Order: sequence, then structure tokens, then C-alpha cells
Amino acid sequence: MIQSFRLENVGLINRNKKLSFKFNGKTYYGYEGDTLASALLANGVHLIGRSFKYHRPRGFFGAGVDEPYAIVQLYRNGETEPNIKATEQELFEGLVATSVNCWPSVKFDVGAINNFLKIFLPAGFYYKTFMWPKSFWYKIYEPFIRKAAGLGVASIKHDKERYEHKYEYCDLLIAGSGPSGLASAYAAAKNGARVILAEDKSRFGGTLLTSDVNIGNKSGKEWAEGVIAELKEMPNVTVKNRSQVFGYYDHNMLVMSERVSDHLATTKKFHPKQRLWYIRAKEVLISAGSIERPIVFGNNDTPGVMLSSAAKEYLRIYGVLVGKKPLIFTNNDSGYETAIDFKKNGIDPIILDTRKDPQSEIVEEAKELGINIKFSYVVVAAKGYKKVKSADIAKISDNKEDLGVIENINCDCICVSGFWTPTIHLASQSGNKTKFNENIDAFVPGISKQNETTLGAANGVYTLNETLKSSFETAHALSKKITNNDNKISFPNVVEKKSTTHDKFWCVPLPKGKNYKRFLDFQNDVAVSDIEIALKEGYRSIEHVKRYTTLGMATDQGKTSNLNGLQLVSKIENKVVPAVGHTTFRPPYNPVSIGAIVGREVGKHSKPTRKSPMHNWHEKNNAVFVDAGVWLRPRYYKKGDENLFEASKREAKNVRTNVGVCDVTTLGKIDIKGPDAGELLNRVYTNAWLKLPVGKARYGVMLREDGIVMDDGTTTRISENHYHMTTTTAQAANVLSHLEYYLQLVWPELNVNVVSTTEQWAGAAIAGPKSRDLLQKLFPNSDVSKEGLPFMGYMEGDLFGVKARIFRISFSGELAYEVNVESDNGNFMWEKIIEVGQAFKIQPYGTEALSTLRIEMGHVAGSELDGRTIPYDNSLEGLVSKKKDFIGKRSLTKEAFTAEDRQKVVGVVPLDKKTSIPEGSHLVKDSNAPLPNPKLGYISASCWSVEYDNPFSLAILKDGKNMIGKKLFVMSPLKNKVIPVEIVSSHYVDPKGERVRS
Amino acid sequence: MLHIKCPHCGMRSQNEFSYGGDATIKRPELNKDISDQEWNNFVYNRKSLRGKHWELWQHLSGCRQWIKVERDTATHEIFNTLKANEDIS
Ligand SMILES: [Zn+2]
Repeated sequence: MIQSFRLENVGLINRNKKLSFKFNGKTYYGYEGDTLASALLANGVHLIGRSFKYHRPRGFFGAGVDEPYAIVQLYRNGETEPNIKATEQELFEGLVATSVNCWPSVKFDVGAINNFLKIFLPAGFYYKTFMWPKSFWYKIYEPFIRKAAGLGVASIKHDKERYEHKYEYCDLLIAGSGPSGLASAYAAAKNGARVILAEDKSRFGGTLLTSDVNIGNKSGKEWAEGVIAELKEMPNVTVKNRSQVFGYYDHNMLVMSERVSDHLATTKKFHPKQRLWYIRAKEVLISAGSIERPIVFGNNDTPGVMLSSAAKEYLRIYGVLVGKKPLIFTNNDSGYETAIDFKKNGIDPIILDTRKDPQSEIVEEAKELGINIKFSYVVVAAKGYKKVKSADIAKISDNKEDLGVIENINCDCICVSGFWTPTIHLASQSGNKTKFNENIDAFVPGISKQNETTLGAANGVYTLNETLKSSFETAHALSKKITNNDNKISFPNVVEKKSTTHDKFWCVPLPKGKNYKRFLDFQNDVAVSDIEIALKEGYRSIEHVKRYTTLGMATDQGKTSNLNGLQLVSKIENKVVPAVGHTTFRPPYNPVSIGAIVGREVGKHSKPTRKSPMHNWHEKNNAVFVDAGVWLRPRYYKKGDENLFEASKREAKNVRTNVGVCDVTTLGKIDIKGPDAGELLNRVYTNAWLKLPVGKARYGVMLREDGIVMDDGTTTRISENHYHMTTTTAQAANVLSHLEYYLQLVWPELNVNVVSTTEQWAGAAIAGPKSRDLLQKLFPNSDVSKEGLPFMGYMEGDLFGVKARIFRISFSGELAYEVNVESDNGNFMWEKIIEVGQAFKIQPYGTEALSTLRIEMGHVAGSELDGRTIPYDNSLEGLVSKKKDFIGKRSLTKEAFTAEDRQKVVGVVPLDKKTSIPEGSHLVKDSNAPLPNPKLGYISASCWSVEYDNPFSLAILKDGKNMIGKKLFVMSPLKNKVIPVEIVSSHYVDPKGERVRS
Repeated sequence: MLHIKCPHCGMRSQNEFSYGGDATIKRPELNKDISDQEWNNFVYNRKSLRGKHWELWQHLSGCRQWIKVERDTATHEIFNTLKANEDIS
């Protein structure tokens, strides 16, 4: 294929490197340095997609970040990505892209009947459609819209690319490398400041690359290249291209996305695809430039209608003609630059200038070049469906309200310039109170909230000389404040063309009898008529108009549409634009990939994995693990082809008959030391702690101030002023913070220190009738007899040369002990227990068996202590001291907490003794009652009782105390189960607790 | 992301801290007989002020100290930070 719209010897592309690529299945060629957009235009391809709502043909409107149309689905490196702007995507060898929003194809689009049927016509489209008859919606509209709408397809595959996050600090962050960005970076860097200069595009220099200006006797481009080269060599400067500062957050934190590999066919080994930078800057200079705004006219969305500056950029940077019969439609001098570029490259443009008699250097130049200029002329409507074929033009009256005779002229593109809109997004995101500048009909930054300054075109300054001057001065002053240096650089001589004022004209009136669609928002298909309808329907606030019509709500965030929308609202409402006000700009300025946001926090890197010192042993012995917070705990140890149910039953049974060992390292452990440690415990726990002797453990419950149970566990008095607290695995971190809160803020007079020792100790619970015999073998030199180590006793022992702590505590309800050794000795301890335990038929047991054991004993745990229950609900009221005060006690007197029929934990057994009860099921009196069936309680935990060999559950039941012996129904709509059950005591096994004391 | 000056560690990013609510709330003394209203004011009733506000943060992933931070709840501006044992003036 010949690139028939490519000029020879013009542009910054590398003609020595030809690249092939595919668009919608067809192969084309471009050059290194092209974007997908410039390469397609070089091949004369203007039809790239369909619009979102009406499915009208879409081409290219811009040449960069402001592009509302040219969004493609990209295929690269075995992955696919939606929402890629062809104007931003750099070309690489083998690039594959397809249109989005077109079904079945871009040239024949079924969705385009929307355009003709006008079913989805008016403003409030989203809201009104939902008002339609339900049956119509489900069967016809929704499937149709789903198939025909959308901006691409997200991949459902795991993204094999790598994304990184980086944190950086600097004195000055400069966003944008146009004239103001370069000048300020240079001045600040020369003054010793640490500078980060970020450029969104691949090339530095911004408009200097496309303007005929002269700085210090160099062309703008040469000057830019010189400055960048010098900055790159400076150690205090970081210069980044393909890097967009997209978000301005609190306390001068900015986020930048760097496209490290997107411009390459494949990502280099060990390189990320993209990198997200979190930058904390002392000062921020916003040199984001400005975006040309369109003039609104009929069918102004036809492919071939584009911004005049984009046409110039395609020509100057890429050597691409966007048309060979260009029509330039302008209200200011900028359109002339584009026209002159066409003319100088052998193309004859026609200029339509809405102004009557503009006097400026560039207008004179155009006249001298013999360009056909029509003053006081406008484009009434573009003609052509998939591409501009001609334009209806007309003279316009001086008051800009009446059109003259309509003439039709041939053209293949219409380059529009409606003057310039400063890019104030970052300033606005930072909290800057923007103000309206009448001279340029646009908002500019006003009063800063954070340390930011906007320079150059982004600040509404459109002359190079003034831009450079203010940038040099501002950067010098700011850097001086930070570095205390005072190195000034000399101001270069600047040559530029003087331009004259623009015409405030922005919208061409409709000719009589014509009803052309005049679009404001090109990505969301919002036309002038939509705004008119919204206002007629009573919407007034610009924020409401925006949401009702979706103006400016597409992925381009209204970069080209906002101001014209405001102009329209202000005109209809007869208000000035600043009184209408603009909608809030929010990050991101430009879409950011989810991969970049997530960074490296994917898969196993999404959170730390905590493993006990015995983890390798568990792995080798067929443990099946379960996530317990960030811990990995053995759920069961698989023997042969056992399933979870069979294995956990075997393990639990063995605890009840012989002895089992369970890894309890994950329990939270807090070391508490100090003369007031006992007093702290006495205030934190609901029961009494002042009289606990050394060498004894006690079970305790702690509450939040609102009376809800926060956590439970045992705490042991190791020595006079030294306690060892255990918490549940889940609450370990919260309990530590809780203790620190009271010690630091509420009772600083208590002389106590707390520190987490969870990771310092490895723990093994040895449980079962044979556990004492085993323990005696493990500690032959210690007296672990019933008298030597009674229930809730504590001693230190020698485990084959390793110091160990032995606690006689039980979670399983059996005679049980917990042995702790320093973590490094954890595996040694475990292996010894297993080895010595063989004689007693020891088996390791996992969390599933552990749950079974505690459930059938009626020991409450996390599923009952769920942040909604008080001690009474858990039958722990016996542990609530009546004598002393403690955290949360005052709340327990609340009416709801003392109600006669207050909920309480109970046991639940299915009448058939067979059907397992799903956790989370509801308990009801009558399974056939009409909905909503009054709920009496819920199943908190279920198991298969190994003691009685039938299902058993715990439930939190209203008036639980009086419900024992009653028959109710368990209902699980999720599992579609209705089970008749009997309510029994929660202490299903060994209700008197004889075993633990045996 | 806020930038909070821990009085013990210096300027740190918000993600090292956890929020702890109104710093001006005083817990009633233990064993003191107080009305339901007083207790409810302590446990539940918060003003949710717009503007300058003293609040508690814990430097969780740092020195683990609870600190007092004077912040504007609307603009996020931070005016002052104090150690737990320093009084709000
Ligand atoms: Zn700190």
C-alpha cells in the first residue's frame, strides 16, 4: 500500500524504519515515530469507529490526549486492551488494532439505525429509557444496546505484563514540556532545585515543534532540543517523556503514569509495561498548554472535520496531509498557520474566517501567499456520511445571527479553530478557584489552594515571549525559596508573529428549515438540541445538565466540549459563562490502565503471606491450607483420597480418643510488662484480674466501649509484673492498637508496656485424653501431673534442650496443653511432638477439626463474636464483673442489652440427625409463613459432631434462654433448604466441662 | 494522600497512619456514676464538623504512637500535630 497522504521530507518520523500494522484486518505501512492515527491518515483512512449513542461514523478530531473519537481495541504482545486512543498510541512493527463500538463492522453498523430511527434521541437518554415498559426493556432494548454499545472489550485473561509503582520527592514537578515547561525546568534546575519534568508525548517541546518561532537565534525545535539535552545531563533533574501527570491530590501529591513499553512491540525482559509515579512535590508548575476548541456547526462530527491544530501537527510532525482539498474554518489567527502549512506543501486551502476584517502579520502573509480567504464566512454544515465530501457555507451577518445564501464547495476535510482553551484540569483538581478570562472566553487558574502555579498557555498566556519570561521568573523565584540559590539565566531573544484578537463566535446558527445535528460533545454524542431539551425540562445547575445530558462525561472528560457547552447554557439562560460555572474536574485527566493502578499488588503479591515456622512440615505432610487473614493455616491433612469432611472428622475423632496436635502459632500474642499490668488487664477485660497468681492463666473477654465483644483469649501471669496475652488470629492487630490507645491517651498514668510477640513464639496445642501422657514424655524433668500442672496452670520446661512455655489451656474442650517455643525452634518442637506422640497415636489436626471440636463444646469464637454480640449473647455473662468497672461496662445497662428476650447462643440439631445445616441460615417458627417470614436467629457455625455422629450447629437465637427443647425451622433460601430442627444447649458435649479439668 | 507530621518521626505519608476520631472526646472516669446522656455522648455522639478539627491518628506502621492532628475536614489542611501527652491549646 502506498501512503498516498504522506509528504516527502517533512516531519520528525524516521523514514528509514518502515513498520507494518493491521487495522480492522487490513495491512498498512507507517514509519517509526508515527502514531496509529498519523499512520492511518497517511494511508487515507479516516473512518475509525462509530459514535457511542447514535453510531454515527467517527474519524479523527485531534492529534493527542484531547481526541474524543479515535478509540481502538489494541492487540499487543499477546494481550488486548480497550480504550486506546489512536492519537496517543505509537506505532510499532506488527501492531494490530480494531474499531470499537461497531457491530457488525465499521462500514455497516447496525447501531446506526439509532441515528435514523431516533429511538434514543433526546437528552436524558439513560434516564428516560429506564422509564419504558419493563418487558420492552429486557427483551429488546437492553440486549440491543449491550451488543451495539461500549467502548471496547476488557480482556478476561490474566495480564502477564508487569506494572510498577514508584515514590518520588522533588522540589519542583513540572507537568508539560512545552515552552513554559522547558523554560521553568531550565531556570529551576540551574538554580539547584531538584526538578522532575514530565512530558505526556514521546517528543519534548510541545508547540515549539510545530511553530515558526525563534528563540536565541535558534528555531523553537532546536532550542527545545538543546534545553532537553542539557537538562538530561544534570544530576538534579529527572526528565520523563511518555509520562502523564494525571492526578493532583492532597498535600501536593501528584500521580503520573509512565508508559514504559506501550510503544514497543514487546516488553523488554524485567521492564514494566507502565509505571505509576507517586510524586510529593514542594512546588508544582503546571505547563499543560491549551487545547483548541471547535466551532459548532451542522454535522460537525463527520469524519474529516478536525481541529486545525491537529491538521498542522499531522503535517509538521508526521508529514501527513489530512486532506488534499482542505477547508479551514477559523475565528482567530491560528487557522492561518495551518492554511499556510498546507500552501507551502503544495496544497491549496480555502480559509473561512468568521471575522470581518482582521489585521495581523499572519493574515497578511496568507494573503501574500495567494490563499483564498473568505471573511465573515461560516461552515453551515458538513456534507458526506463516512467522510467529508463538501461543505455548505454561507456569509454571516455582522451580528452573527443571519446566514446569507448557502453555497456548496468541494473539500475533503474541514479544519476548525475556535480559539484556545487552557488546560486547567490539574489546577482545578488541586482545589484552585478558577476564574473566567473574558479575553480568551475560557477559565484560567485563580487562587491556589496548594503550592501550584500555572504557566503559559495553560494560564491563558498565548504569546511565546510572555510565556518564557513568566516561566523563567516564576521558576527562579520558587527555586530560590527552596534552595536559597540565586543563579539567574539570561533571557533569550524571542521572535514570533504577532496575532490579533479572536472572534467570540462559537456556534453557527441553523439555516431556515434545516435541522442539522450540531455536536458539542463528540464522544458522548451530545448535541445542541440535547442541552436545549435539558434546560426546557427545568435543569439549571451545570452539574445537573452535565449528568442529564452526559455532556463532558465520556472518557475525554469534555476536553473539547466543556466550554462550548457552557457557552450554550449561558446563552439560553441569558447568563454570563462565569455565572454558569464549570463542572468539577476530577482525576484522572486521561484514562489510566487498571494494571498501572494495581501495580505489583497482584496474585500472591496482593498481600503478605504469613507462614508459621512449621509450614514446611505441614506442606510435606499433605496439609491443605486455608487463608486465615494473611496467615496460611492447615485446614486438614489429607490422607489418601479423603475429602475435607472425612479428614476433619478423622482428625477431630482422634483428638477425642487419643491425642492431636494443632499449629496455633497464628494466635495473637502480646507481651505486657510493668507494675500496673494487672490493673490494665482489670480495666480491659470484663472479669477480675487483680488476684491472678504468678504461674496461672485466665480466660478473658474484652469489650468495645459500646458493649460489644471485641475479642477473647487467655492471659497468663509469667512473673510478678509480666503477662502474656493471647488474642484471636483475626483481632491481634486491633487488640494491640486498642491497648496502646488506652495506655497512651486515656490512662497514661499506668506504668505498662505492650508489644506484639506473635511472631516470636511458635505454638502447638496438644489435645486429647492422652495429652498428659505425651507431655510427660516430652518434659521428663517437669511435673505435669494433675496436681503439678492443674487446669489453667503455667510452667516453663525443657524440651530436649529447648526452653519452652507450657500452658494448660484448652480450646477443644479436651484435656489439653499449649506449648510455646521461640520461633526458630518451632519446627524442632513440632517434630519432637509428632515423634514422641507416635506411641499415643498422635495425629496433626487442622482448623476444620479445631472448629468441630470447639463448636460441639459450645465454645464461642469469631463467628459468634462477630461485632454484633454482647457477653450475654455468648453465654459469657458469668465473666462480667459486677464489682469493678471496665471498658464498655456502662453500655451493658442499655435497654436493648438487658431485654428479657435478648438473643443468646444455642445449639441446633436437625430432627433427622442427618441433614447438614448451612451456616448463615435463618431460624424461623413457621416454614410456610408468608414473606417476610419473621427471623428469630441465625446459624453462626456448623459441624458434624464427632461425639454423637450427627450434624450440630451453633445459633444466635432470640430469647435463646427459653428456647431450649423447642422445635423450629432452619431456612436457607440460598441453598434452597428447609430443615426442621430442635434447639438444644450450646454445650453439646461435656456440658459440665469435666474433661478439661481431668 | 495526606502528608502528616508525626511529632516523633517527622513527615510521613497517610498510609502509615490509621484514623482514630475526635481527639477532644474525654472518656468518663472509671467507676463514676454518669447519666445515659453523658455516656451516649462519649460513645456515639459526634459533631462531624466542617473545618478545623482536632483528631486522633495512630502512626501504625511507624512508631505506633497515637498523635493529635489539627486538620481542616474540608480542605485537609493540617495546622498542627501533638504527641498523645500534649494538651490541645
Ligand atoms: Zn511516628
